Amino acid sequence: MEALLPTIWFILIAVLWIGYLVLEGFDLGVGMHMLTRGRTDKERRVMLNTIGPVWDGNEVWLLTAGGATFAAFPFWYASLFSALYIPLTLALLALIFRNVAIEYRGKGKTQAWRTFWDWAMGLGSFLAAFCVGALLAITTTGLPLNANGDREGGAFAWLTIYAVIGGLGAVGYAYVQGATFLALKTDGEVRDRAKAFVVRWMPVLILPLAVWAIIIQLQTGEIWTWAVLVLAVLAAAAAWVSARAGREGWAFIAFSGFLALGAVSIFGAVYPVVLPSTIDPAYSLTIENASSSPYTLGVMSLVALFGVPIVLAYQAWSYWVFKKRLSVEQIPDQHVIEPAIAQH
Amino acid sequence: MDPLEIARWQFGITTVYHFVMVPLTLGLGALVVVMQAAWLKTGNEQWLRMTKFWGKLYLINFIMGVATGIVQEFQFGMAWSEYSRFVGDVFGAPLAMEALIAFFLESTFLGIWIFGWGRLKKGLHFTVLLLAVVGSWFSAIFIIVANSWMQHPVGVELVDGRPVMNDIWAVLTNNTAMLALPHVLTGAVAVAAGLLVGIAWYQLWQRRRSGIDTVDANGRVVVGENPSIPGRDKADHKVWLTSLRFGAVIAIIAFLGVSVTGDLQAKLMFEQQPMKMAAAEGACEDTGDLSLITIGSFTTDGAHDCDQVTTYLVLPGMLSFLAKGTFDETVPGIDTLVPIYEENYGATLPDDAFLGDRAGATIDYVPNMFVTYWGFRIMIGAGLLSAAFAALALILARKGTVPASKGWMWVAIASIAGPFGANIAGWVFTEMGRQPFVVAPNPTGVDGVWQFTAAAVSPGVNGFEIVFSLVALGLVYLALMVVELVLIVRTVRGGVAGVMPGHFKDPDDTGAAKADESDVLAFAY
Repeated sequence: MEALLPTIWFILIAVLWIGYLVLEGFDLGVGMHMLTRGRTDKERRVMLNTIGPVWDGNEVWLLTAGGATFAAFPFWYASLFSALYIPLTLALLALIFRNVAIEYRGKGKTQAWRTFWDWAMGLGSFLAAFCVGALLAITTTGLPLNANGDREGGAFAWLTIYAVIGGLGAVGYAYVQGATFLALKTDGEVRDRAKAFVVRWMPVLILPLAVWAIIIQLQTGEIWTWAVLVLAVLAAAAAWVSARAGREGWAFIAFSGFLALGAVSIFGAVYPVVLPSTIDPAYSLTIENASSSPYTLGVMSLVALFGVPIVLAYQAWSYWVFKKRLSVEQIPDQHVIEPAIAQH
Repeated sequence: MDPLEIARWQFGITTVYHFVMVPLTLGLGALVVVMQAAWLKTGNEQWLRMTKFWGKLYLINFIMGVATGIVQEFQFGMAWSEYSRFVGDVFGAPLAMEALIAFFLESTFLGIWIFGWGRLKKGLHFTVLLLAVVGSWFSAIFIIVANSWMQHPVGVELVDGRPVMNDIWAVLTNNTAMLALPHVLTGAVAVAAGLLVGIAWYQLWQRRRSGIDTVDANGRVVVGENPSIPGRDKADHKVWLTSLRFGAVIAIIAFLGVSVTGDLQAKLMFEQQPMKMAAAEGACEDTGDLSLITIGSFTTDGAHDCDQVTTYLVLPGMLSFLAKGTFDETVPGIDTLVPIYEENYGATLPDDAFLGDRAGATIDYVPNMFVTYWGFRIMIGAGLLSAAFAALALILARKGTVPASKGWMWVAIASIAGPFGANIAGWVFTEMGRQPFVVAPNPTGVDGVWQFTAAAVSPGVNGFEIVFSLVALGLVYLALMVVELVLIVRTVRGGVAGVMPGHFKDPDDTGAAKADESDVLAFAY
């Protein structure tokens, strides 16, 4: 059992990233759609309010993935996060702007205010998706790490073709996932256009992600990971067919399945390496040399064993509470706060 | 540019900034729970109005805490990778638990609460707020446990030169954490209570200024109303008077809690980190007297140098009392402690390659005396002043309203800053007082479990990267601070009517509108 703990935690970290990408994937996508595809203010607000009650809970999956990596694989966390200093700084700035945009957008008085936050939301969502995708691509394709696990080659050593492919992969995926979610959660024109978007753009926008997955398979893939990748492609096809047939729920589920299966094929192929060194394979971080002690992993396993199912249960409930579709007719007029002061 | 110094500034700035939002989130969340509970129990609309108004301020502030909190979790790995490698086995656990147990609870249920008005049954809607606030208090527990381990490492053994956890229970029940936690939580409640007093005062003053409320010959309030100003009905007066009294009473209780826990913490800290306390007292020689005025050189070097510090006024025996509870003992001074530290932990940094230019450098064991000395005193002074103002507010408002004076109103608004200042000063004191260690040695703990800050910074990250993040985050934080303040001021000026749209409309036109709007969301972004 003790020998299995690092593998169990590798699987758990993969689960946390998949949870993050499936859930925040759509709300990052909705953020991009708000900027690029909302035609009126009410349409943008319909989009915003589909994620209003749930986005913050989705983002905690990122924090949990980060925190769990710190706890279970401190050497992975330390090397990856310090090596990707610039893209992570950009991701943090993007998330800050995005978070604040969600809460503050409706609290201004002018159109300029709303336009500013729409851009913060759209660009923030784009940049956050790109940087997270780049981070995940880099951790599968490697960095020039020295014996201490520190990056050689300067602040932009991470900026490889793989980082760009991974970044675009996450952006493309999130853009489509946002549309499958909007088609599922809205009504009226927003729904129709989201549906049309999925049918038209899904085959193109999933390409970078597919390229990344295939590169990894060619490098270290095994038969079972190739098989999972084929299943992922089938799931994407199923999502496309469902979207065309107007089965929005199935389209959303199948497209989430595409991401999950694709991620499994990638994580499975790189196992047991968590961060390859491009200088010397002996410096690569693996689940063995990067992990915490069996005691710590055991404690954290117990916490996860009880914690994760409970979290899944109440997050599922939160989605059930807000299961109704939204349309522009349901969005109240913007409320402007006036001072409760006598005019002198 | 030395990445170490920039990284320290960045950690300090981002953490202090984050911890402006956090105590307000912790404290105000708890107070809004009380308000909504009171509404649930009594059905009195006054409590609903208070829940809506203070709840709105809570949310405006909450989002900034969330946005700046992610930076906190990421920058350990980004800027402090050697620290992360050294402590990861034990320090990562409370961080991961914080995310899994606390943050999910807080964020998921707060989202349901925000959008749940009118959609959930009242009892359930209250429960989701309670769970969200419980989540935020859980996060305080885990982060204090993590920080306390840096102050007083326990529950570990040394394996291959790294601390490895062997007792999670010891980590979670670290005596440092058991005292820091109530200190931080009561401090957070004091922040929220101070906000209630200041803003409720402003609202009562505004009602007087607008000629709505007046006072009779005995100074007793005569409550009025002005239908032309939305929300300024008679019940509105009750909302603010209750908020003021509630806030003031809570502020005084919280201050007592902060004082008691702070005193216990100080006694513990004299045992666990004697150097921190000696620096905070400017105590160069062994002494039992508490310094009231110590002046030293304010230069960077001078602040660490006992030869440049002069004490002018002391309270005899008081330091002994703070440290040991009796008046006739002495506490070791800096000059006594430095040789002990040098013997136990070395006079120079090790000659490790990853330390770069810092390898072999002399270690200065004296924390910045100027910062710790004044940080300690500002913490206590600001806390005391705001509690005193809360007591004064109770007295001045005893006849049902506040003085019509504009000056007093500004004093009340200014008093809001007191508990914030105390919180910031306290953290600056305790974190800078721990230097030069990032993980302070535990005098009764396992040998070898400590780390110098100079050895904790990321070896692979260069000065450009950290300057970039410091400047970018600093500018964004500054801009967002302005935005948040503008929104809070606007919300405050709008009063209850601003946060309850439709509630104060003319009864004639809401009747017709309501039928059409039955499907419209009660709340939407």
